[in-house]
Amino acid sequence: MDLLRFVTAGSVDDGKSTLIGRLLYDTRQVFEDTLASIERASQAQGLEEVNLALLTDGLRAEREQGITIDVAYRYFATPRRKFIIADSPGHVQYTRNMVTGASTAQLALILVDARKGVVEQTRRHSALAALLGIHHVVVCVNKMDLVGWSEARFREVEAEYRATAAPLGISSAVVLPLAALTGANLVQRAPELAWFEGPTLLEFLESVEVPNPALYAPFRFPVQYVIRPQSRDFPDYRGYAGTVAAGRIRVGDAVRLLPVGTVTRVAGIDRFTDQLEEARAGDAVTLRLADDLDVGRGAMVVAAADPIDPVSVFEADVCWMSETSELRTGQQVLLKHTTRRTRAVVDQVLDRLDIHRLEREPTPPSLALNDIGRVRFRTMEPLAADLYEQCRETGAFIVIDPANRHTTGAGMVRELGVPSGAAES
Amino acid sequence: MTANAVMPVDHDPGLDYLEAEAIFIMREVAAEFERPALLFSGGKDSIVLLRLAEKAFWPARFPFTVMHVDTGHNFPEVLEFRDRRIAELKARLVVASVQEAIDEGWVQEERGPRASRNRLQTPVLLAAIARHQFDAAIGGARRDEEKARAKERVFSFRDEFGQWDPRNQRPELWNLYNGLHLRGEHMRVFPLSNWTELDVWRYIARERLEIPSIYFAHEREVFVRDGMLMAVSPFLQQLPHERSFVETVRYRTVGDMTCTAAVRSTACTVEEIIAEVATARVTERGASRADDQFSDAAMEDRKREGYF
Repeated sequence: MDLLRFVTAGSVDDGKSTLIGRLLYDTRQVFEDTLASIERASQAQGLEEVNLALLTDGLRAEREQGITIDVAYRYFATPRRKFIIADSPGHVQYTRNMVTGASTAQLALILVDARKGVVEQTRRHSALAALLGIHHVVVCVNKMDLVGWSEARFREVEAEYRATAAPLGISSAVVLPLAALTGANLVQRAPELAWFEGPTLLEFLESVEVPNPALYAPFRFPVQYVIRPQSRDFPDYRGYAGTVAAGRIRVGDAVRLLPVGTVTRVAGIDRFTDQLEEARAGDAVTLRLADDLDVGRGAMVVAAADPIDPVSVFEADVCWMSETSELRTGQQVLLKHTTRRTRAVVDQVLDRLDIHRLEREPTPPSLALNDIGRVRFRTMEPLAADLYEQCRETGAFIVIDPANRHTTGAGMVRELGVPSGAAES
Repeated sequence: MTANAVMPVDHDPGLDYLEAEAIFIMREVAAEFERPALLFSGGKDSIVLLRLAEKAFWPARFPFTVMHVDTGHNFPEVLEFRDRRIAELKARLVVASVQEAIDEGWVQEERGPRASRNRLQTPVLLAAIARHQFDAAIGGARRDEEKARAKERVFSFRDEFGQWDPRNQRPELWNLYNGLHLRGEHMRVFPLSNWTELDVWRYIARERLEIPSIYFAHEREVFVRDGMLMAVSPFLQQLPHERSFVETVRYRTVGDMTCTAAVRSTACTVEEIIAEVATARVTERGASRADDQFSDAAMEDRKREGYF
């Protein structure tokens, strides 16, 4: 069975919880004991019908405050596909949460209230999806029941969204009318929406083709762990375990090891006891190399002819996620990029994205919680990085506070090898 | 959902994805921690964990100490299975014993017919982590099990008291897990976070993994408590009205005999179990875990204290 990971974005009022609850309920993922517990909760709230939004209810603090604190992961499957939803809340912390949820998603589901149409938050969520490299967006124009199931209103909102999405670089947006409360056009068609000829939401999710771009990118293999059993059966075995980040590799291919630059050949590809002829993006394998080399965790194996050059200066869009600190020019941080960790210094915070106006303000004093900005880093060790839009796996990194070791930011490489001290971009 | 059951398991890109993800996580743990442990209960999820560990480091042995928190109220079939599997893998097993902790007097046994050692596992687990200086403990928890779990990270940070603070979790993006921590803090790691109960069973079928016999239908003397079928055992005191009878049952989860209930079932093979799970109308914790029935936030509270 095929798997699709998507992130949902929308505010509480857009009916996101109801939509997810309905999707789980109508695909029969909701069990009797869970249903009984939300029935009790609905009655306690004085509701006449079962509130399906309670299916996505989380921690006690959230129930008490009526908010969602964190990204929740939810699972459902149909005979055609298995789905992982990153359900990211729409309140003040939306940037950090949406960026987190989007980082592992192939598709973004954005909710719009049919009465309100495209609002500032819709643009923001779309901008964040685009920033994270998600090009597939499905826009659910919800609450169609409240606009009299009007096709004219739907077409208006659809046109509004397309005009918003185009400049953000979202090329393929599918816009669907639905009503999460009644379930119309989620799993089942509704007579009220007979004028709509497109798919239901579930039909769309089951059939949308989201090719993995990493499969077609140049070969990248970050060495994760060196396997040396030194056992009686395998006295000389030396294997480089890792997951192919991008592209594909075959036994016999010539490869280069970065950052050192040594060239060798792939002698074997092991996956447990199987010996493979080829490995491709996403495969967790162990490579054996023809020559005995001093390679460890953090090295990157690429095709011998690949021109990639590790850099120690680069620019990235950083989303700052710390509640207790800010990111400033001159600051020392740790970066984790693929399987390599290195010290780095913030050469300069170049700009800050005004997420409301979607404009960049130059040279802000710092990046604070939920800020996104362009930052130039200088690293102690060179990194075999790619541009994020060319390869997510080798274009992403996290920022770690060297003092308390917490993850404080997420970065996407946008420009490589800008020499330190060069003119500001 | 029923249709999932009849899908062939041999070619399953979704399962391949989950396997590769879990192997990646296991290797990150091996690389980023000095003394990692793998928690093994003999239950189906930890059986899958062991298999993934075996695969991730082949042909070397996996670099984890295996740890079992033994309440002293475990099913004998499961303990027998545990010892056999550990011997096959030539792994190192550490048993953290709740019974010993009671005997030494540093945890207090609950009393009465509803006494359970479930909560006592937490201090015993935390003490074992401290004693062996484990800096990571790999567990088989899944996000589909329970709503507090749905929000837990794959690398779940624990402070020096072993506590999970849902409001102070580290952001976790892409596959860039941050294993760094200060001395005294540790990490719980959940490679099966994105697996569902059905995925676990489908993987067991695909890999032809052996599982303890209590997962299959068998005859057992049981009694009904709070609507659940509890096994008659010396560890669980029956109330006067709780009459026992023999029923054909199996277990959906494996835990302490005092809080793990059986379900009526005739499933005798993994394939029959898959068909049953695919059409089940009650969650596995709802069907068989008395420990989650106390309150809406039972799991959340136990996790805050440092539970698995």
